[in-house]
Amino acid sequence: MTDVDVIVVGAGPAGACAAIEAARAGLSVVLLERGPFPGSKNMYGGVVYPRILDGLIPNWWDEAPIQRWVTRRSTMLLTDTQAMTVDFRTEAWGKPPYNGATALRPDFDHWLAGHAESAGAQLLCSTTVTGLLRDDGRVVGVRTDRPDGELTAKVVIACDGVNSFLAKEAGLYEKVDAGHYTLGVKETLSLPKETIDERFNVRGRNGVDIEILGGTGGVNGGAFVYTNLDSIAVGMVLKLPKLAAQKTRPEELIDRLKHHAAIEPLVADATLVEYSAHLIPEAGLAMMPKMTTAGMLVAGDAAAMCLAAGIWLEGVNFAMGSGMYAGQAAVEAVRAGDLSATGLAGYQRRLSDSYVLRDHRKLHRAPALVLSDRVQHRYPAMVANTVERMFRVENPSPKPGLRKIFAQERRRAGVKLRQLGRDGWAGMRTFG
Amino acid sequence: MSSNRLPLSFEERIGTVEFRIHEQAHIVVDSAICRDCSTRDCVVACPANLFVPTADGGIVFNYEQCFECGTCYLVCNKEGAISWSYPEGGHGVVFRHT
Repeated sequence: MTDVDVIVVGAGPAGACAAIEAARAGLSVVLLERGPFPGSKNMYGGVVYPRILDGLIPNWWDEAPIQRWVTRRSTMLLTDTQAMTVDFRTEAWGKPPYNGATALRPDFDHWLAGHAESAGAQLLCSTTVTGLLRDDGRVVGVRTDRPDGELTAKVVIACDGVNSFLAKEAGLYEKVDAGHYTLGVKETLSLPKETIDERFNVRGRNGVDIEILGGTGGVNGGAFVYTNLDSIAVGMVLKLPKLAAQKTRPEELIDRLKHHAAIEPLVADATLVEYSAHLIPEAGLAMMPKMTTAGMLVAGDAAAMCLAAGIWLEGVNFAMGSGMYAGQAAVEAVRAGDLSATGLAGYQRRLSDSYVLRDHRKLHRAPALVLSDRVQHRYPAMVANTVERMFRVENPSPKPGLRKIFAQERRRAGVKLRQLGRDGWAGMRTFG
Repeated sequence: MSSNRLPLSFEERIGTVEFRIHEQAHIVVDSAICRDCSTRDCVVACPANLFVPTADGGIVFNYEQCFECGTCYLVCNKEGAISWSYPEGGHGVVFRHT
């Protein structure tokens, strides 16, 4: 006899969804969270795409603690002195069924874990899992830092985040490569709602997501500005080895971004409410662990489920989806009485058949392409300089042809035609 | 311009974050190993600025105001220099506006 049917480690979006699925199917579920409340250890860029919740929590948009609905999505190229923005706006994303929203994780994760509790899962906060219990190679429970803190279960679902000590302890990661991770750092800055509405040209609960290429100094990565209701999030993701090598600290890089001519008017006079940092599993398929071992499944960041594909930057939705599928697979295995890796194979099958792994497979080249040196350090200047010359009036000189300008700027940026062709082809194959 | 206020000191910056400090350190640094390290990647990369080089070539380390992100042990290229685990349940960083 085990203490419970299912132990879910980590009450983030993956863990909450796993617990909801398992508890609703009638299994006894304990949801362990090391923070004092769900979401207290979690930080992200700032936009969540909850479409996958449609089946789990119908009309989730009526109750989810969101800040603003993203109705403007801007992609910005920055050099030290230039900015070019492609700005998309749609009214559709500001009304049901919505698309993306800014939300604060201490609110959002707390809310989602509440649904796990309503479904019958027992949420235990302030409880750190310190290791796995194993019997004959099979995972049979966890050790916690509570007195008499061993807890046994038929299935353990490890949703213990990007550092996943449990997946590593179970031997599901081959080797850990720092190059597969980025550091996310951000400032939450308070501004009156009216000021945000004016500066970002939105009204009501509508908000803006600005993704920035080239705003991270010499470090490969990306930057962002998001609108919350009466605060904004400004931050960046930084590739770890590059960050360490170039000797500028992360908060200095944020500070420089905030002083860029294109960003400064957006953040002027805002007060820092909270500074935060978190790791991101950035490399997608290239870094994913084995998802299943006897008695245990891995989901969310613990399974490296972030999709960092440049034009798509998603994570919470992959956490929720993988958590749901892990919960379903656990139910299937418990009901069949087969807790072996074979009995739990429904998890891998669900991942493979759904957007979770299909998106990652389709976009498996994207993380490396987006973080490559040319995309990061050469193309922004090449494009910005081309556009600057295109719009510059140099009378009495006649206008040069665009092809000529582009060829000159390509050479000036140190990009060979052959390289451009190769990257263009890689982009087509990746995103097409 | 009014927005050109003085940049925040690191203390002011980290002062915006809530930490529930446990008396037991969840990170242990072996300063003897750090003495042989020439890159000192943790000093640059740790977002909480917890690693400070000392005059005698070692590293002074504070665990109290730690984001628990894991950057330090990932960028560290010296085996065994940084031992890292999570703090006691309920302790450590508590995010509110992330």
